[in-house]
Amino acid sequence: MSSRKPLLQTKGLGIQFGGLKAVDEFNFSIDNNQLFGLIGPNGAGKTTIFNLLTGVYTPTSGQILLDGKTINHSSPTQITQMGVARTFQNIRLFKDMTVLDNVKVGLHHSHQYSLLASILHTPSYFKGEMAMDEEARSLLRVFDLEKFANVKACNLPYGKQRQLEIARALATSPRLLLLDEPAAGMNPTETAELMETIKVVREKFSVAILLIEHDMKLVMGICEKICVLNFGTVLAFGTPDEIKNNPDVIAAYLGNDA
Amino acid sequence: MKKKLIRELITALVLAIVVYAIFAIGFTTGIINSYWQGILMLVGINVTLAVSLNLATGYLGQLTLGHAGFMAVGAYVSALLSMYAHLPFVLTLIIGALAAGFIGLLIGVPILRLKGDYLCIITLAFNEIIRVIIVNLSITNGSKGLIGTPSDTTFLAVYLVAVITIFVVYSIVHSRHGRAIISVREDETAAELTGINIAYYKILAFVISALFAGLAGGLYSHYIAILVPKYFDYNKSVEILVMVVLGGMGNLPGSIIAAVALTIIPSLLISFSQYRMLIYAIVLIAAMLLKNSDAGIALRAKLPKLKKREEVEE
Repeated sequence: MSSRKPLLQTKGLGIQFGGLKAVDEFNFSIDNNQLFGLIGPNGAGKTTIFNLLTGVYTPTSGQILLDGKTINHSSPTQITQMGVARTFQNIRLFKDMTVLDNVKVGLHHSHQYSLLASILHTPSYFKGEMAMDEEARSLLRVFDLEKFANVKACNLPYGKQRQLEIARALATSPRLLLLDEPAAGMNPTETAELMETIKVVREKFSVAILLIEHDMKLVMGICEKICVLNFGTVLAFGTPDEIKNNPDVIAAYLGNDA
Repeated sequence: MKKKLIRELITALVLAIVVYAIFAIGFTTGIINSYWQGILMLVGINVTLAVSLNLATGYLGQLTLGHAGFMAVGAYVSALLSMYAHLPFVLTLIIGALAAGFIGLLIGVPILRLKGDYLCIITLAFNEIIRVIIVNLSITNGSKGLIGTPSDTTFLAVYLVAVITIFVVYSIVHSRHGRAIISVREDETAAELTGINIAYYKILAFVISALFAGLAGGLYSHYIAILVPKYFDYNKSVEILVMVVLGGMGNLPGSIIAAVALTIIPSLLISFSQYRMLIYAIVLIAAMLLKNSDAGIALRAKLPKLKKREEVEE
């Protein structure tokens, strides 16, 4: 690990639901602009880790450090405002809002004007709204979604909904983006497109990306480092090549006799 | 975008003045008699109530059944201020509204942690608590009712308040605050993880909603001859909720139309005397069926012009 402070770091992170240790002694760190993969069999605790990192769950042990400061007890809203954004395994868009408005919700904090300003339609309201409109549209352009700007989110095709979720997360101007199975339910062409998108997003927005994914081609193809989870603990940690040849990982995925 | 919005606002303003002018001509020429003038006052009050509840229920997505309670707070506070402190009418209205908003804040902070059915029941309970307190206070003259509130409420006042309510709710909904409120309805978890302070926006929408209910209450108490607590029981809350549901959750023109229709229909049915509520119920069921049936949706699709006009009305 480098001497500079990592963007996000966990120390002995764990959560217990009753008698079940869903995540135990999870140690990892991610640097600025790094692309990190989190893989593991179903039920390994990947999404639970996302929920811990974003404040949905409060850890029962260990620490989460963002820029070296603990965020264990910060609310999801605060953590998002501090620069951690995420998408969801089962898409959670604001379905009855337009594509444009979905992104504008993400921009809520970057363009502030008061409630009174919006009622009285003061210049700050117009300024804020126009800036938000502009910014939201430019975000949609990155994902080739601008032509859908006024379509209701629920009417978008599946692959586009996934992209919109990423766009909405990016609207909160994160430094760390957590993607929970972005390629789930996509065909190989769409997945290939998504790989490109992820690369572009990382370059353009200079964010670090932590990715949960089952599509090995995608994970091995773009991640710089991979962490393998099994039964809530870290099984292996390393570059894609190291992971591919790790006997423990092969055993976890295919069984011991393989 | 800015020009378009300003043009829309001016159109809405002109429309509001024209509509008022039509009513004013109706009153002075006697085409609209005093009986109907009274009903139109109630229409305006109910529009205010329905539109304000739509903010909490339609846009925020919290099913609340205590709107009549906030209306009662506004009604009694403003009536008592008029009678005993002799404050000017407008001031009593504002203080009444603020009082209702304050009660909304007091109630909202603890109860907005609840969701769905639970929230519905507890708001209903608070509605009853407010009513029972009013029944038992001596200053409100209990269930005998408060007599002697000056009848300051004019049609202009009712109309202005309704227009202001519609305008304020519309403006909020079309701002960053409104988008935050709607995102809470759509998906609380996702809203929270998109950086929306959901507790703040829940309470904000709830308090604004209560505030305007209080304003409507103040208008009502200065209109009606005897102010009785029974008027503000859960039946009134349900009546307002029905307007919102029938008009469509998160649909402002719908709330307005439903409030107008559901105030006028019972008055038209007055000649049916005891069968009135029966027919009212049938009309409601028919409206609900028509609203959601394929035939009803097809019928509405054929009326694009009407729809456009409604949208401008805000």
